[in-house]
Amino acid sequence: MPKMNMVEAINMALRQEMEKDDRVILLGEDIGKDGGVFRVTDGLLDKFGAQRVMDTPLAESAIAGLSIGMAVYGLRPVCEMQFSGFSYFAFHQMESHASRMRQRSQGRYSVPMVLRAPYGGGVRALEHHSESREIYWAHTPGLKMVIPSTPRTARALLISAMRDPDPVVFYEPKALYRAFREEVPEEEETFPIGKSRIALEGSDITLISYGESLRPTLEAASELNDKDGVKCEVIDLLSLSPLDDQLFIESVKKTGRAVVVHEAHCTYGAGAEVIARIVEKALLYLEAPIRRATGFDIVIPLYQREQDYLPGVLRIERAVRETLAF
Amino acid sequence: MPTTEIDLPYRINYLSILDQDGQVDKSLEPQLSDELLLKLYRVMLLGRRFDERMLILQRQGKIGTFAPVKGQEAQVGAAAALSPDDWIVASFREAPVEIWRGKPMELILLYYSGYNEGGHIPEGLNLLPVSVPVGSQMIHAVGIGYAMKYRGQDSVVATFFGDGATSQGDFHEAMNYASVYQTPVIFICQNNHWAISLPRNRQTHSRTLAQKALAYDMPGLQVDGNDVLAVYKAAKDAADRARRGEGPTLIEMVTYRLSMHTTADDPKKYRTQEEVAAWEKRDPVTRFEKYLRDKHILDDRKVQSVAEEVKQEIGSAERRWSELVENGVSPLAMFDHAYAELTPALRDQKEMLKRELEEKRGSAEKTAVSRD
Repeated sequence: MPKMNMVEAINMALRQEMEKDDRVILLGEDIGKDGGVFRVTDGLLDKFGAQRVMDTPLAESAIAGLSIGMAVYGLRPVCEMQFSGFSYFAFHQMESHASRMRQRSQGRYSVPMVLRAPYGGGVRALEHHSESREIYWAHTPGLKMVIPSTPRTARALLISAMRDPDPVVFYEPKALYRAFREEVPEEEETFPIGKSRIALEGSDITLISYGESLRPTLEAASELNDKDGVKCEVIDLLSLSPLDDQLFIESVKKTGRAVVVHEAHCTYGAGAEVIARIVEKALLYLEAPIRRATGFDIVIPLYQREQDYLPGVLRIERAVRETLAF
Repeated sequence: MPTTEIDLPYRINYLSILDQDGQVDKSLEPQLSDELLLKLYRVMLLGRRFDERMLILQRQGKIGTFAPVKGQEAQVGAAAALSPDDWIVASFREAPVEIWRGKPMELILLYYSGYNEGGHIPEGLNLLPVSVPVGSQMIHAVGIGYAMKYRGQDSVVATFFGDGATSQGDFHEAMNYASVYQTPVIFICQNNHWAISLPRNRQTHSRTLAQKALAYDMPGLQVDGNDVLAVYKAAKDAADRARRGEGPTLIEMVTYRLSMHTTADDPKKYRTQEEVAAWEKRDPVTRFEKYLRDKHILDDRKVQSVAEEVKQEIGSAERRWSELVENGVSPLAMFDHAYAELTPALRDQKEMLKRELEEKRGSAEKTAVSRD
């Protein structure tokens, strides 16, 4: 199997699906000639032409709205927001129309589109280029919200997203774009939307995370194992909406302890929903209060302080130790 | 009923006073004092040299990503046409305008080296902070203009944006509101021909950006955006109109981004070196220098002394920046200014970070001791 980074894996998913399905159209700012500011769509303009790889004028709301029209008419648009921080211009279209069209038309129309956007900190960027606000989308009924954590999951999830009958917001952890390589099969691979996976098996405590945060979570799990012999089970959510609670509930029933990790703000973050599900479905299995290791409830600071803001190994380990010591 | 033509008395003028060879059109030449002309030259040069210095610092890893302004320094002409009571609402490629206004260069360096403290606007400067989401800030100028009018003041507000911003709905909303409420706003579109990789002619099918003013029944004009005298005159006329209560104006500065969109971008991927070279010949700084030499405001000696002063000024700004970084406050400052008052949850989170920082320091010291 070829080893590739996340940029290459996403590029492959787009290319393979475009080869198979002429309904798939890419649109966004600088995605054609420039190949995208992260080069995710590099080479696709040359291969598929300007009708299918559209360098649009600068208007995020229009990009989302145009995609909705295309999708209603039977195409499968995959639009790119250059950074998730600029996707709020498009939020109105996604919230007011993409998410509601199926229900509003009582099933006559649907909006099978994908909105891709790089999100998250850790790349020493400017303001609006580092945030993690996936919950805006996950909180919106009618939208699906997924975040891969590795090249292979990115490729498989994106294929599934492009085939999904409903609008899917696909966040790409930009700090992982070129962070590591992984074997990705050339032949087709999908990953069902609405399913999580076990990233590491363990028995003492359940760590639940997703996206970029999975990396420090696994690092912390490894350190805790080496230093203290603590066996962490790590769940990679992948889908925030619909949220697969089955896997982490089963895990918590086994371990009796849990910590949720995400770089998004703490208050009303994904952790709040995960913990609510555990309380609803596995309260009597709990041996200790559940803790969260997250970003703070402030705008992520500029790059000198972003590492102090992000939930690193230290914050995760502390949360785990406090939970174990209870 | 027959179709009748609606007579819209509308045309778009292109204003140029100082051509690329430094030849001036005497009939249009604004009568500016030698002092002001020299200051314009000085700040344009400062803007150019500071930009070049920032690019070096960025390449050395001492500052992060920023948007170079090289080629667009004639923008200071618009700032010069305003009084300090007037407001400026810029985007992110207006360092020369900010410098004209008095924003300390050490703060600009502090901001781009990743410290939020650099975003501070000193008291007395009527300038909003950098606004990154393209096209989102113009409507704030309209709000400020409305407030000025509400208070019965004769101040005006200028807002800067690029050609890409004119595709955003927010641009049209701001133009419409400004027109409906007849607010004293000057919309200054810096058409630098490239929105990252998208050329101006694919950004909009319109022949000019200035003509977008027609839809909102406000005056729109194009100026040679590399001609600081034309930029000054257009902005001054617009400011005078606004002060008289005659509402907003759209000015399209036809200029060119000689450098990259930001330091994270490689323009070679989407445009030719020939195109860039052609625009280098229309450099705003060199033609203005020629003009000032012809007027005997500059000579070799003066050019050299201004260049030396500019160099010194950048050097001392860098020293002050280093001091700010060295005496820098703790990362806990990230909680400052979240709200007027910290919420209970934020107080807990700040405490958590404090403990983490102590722990990090502790383990760093332990490592240092064990190395000994």
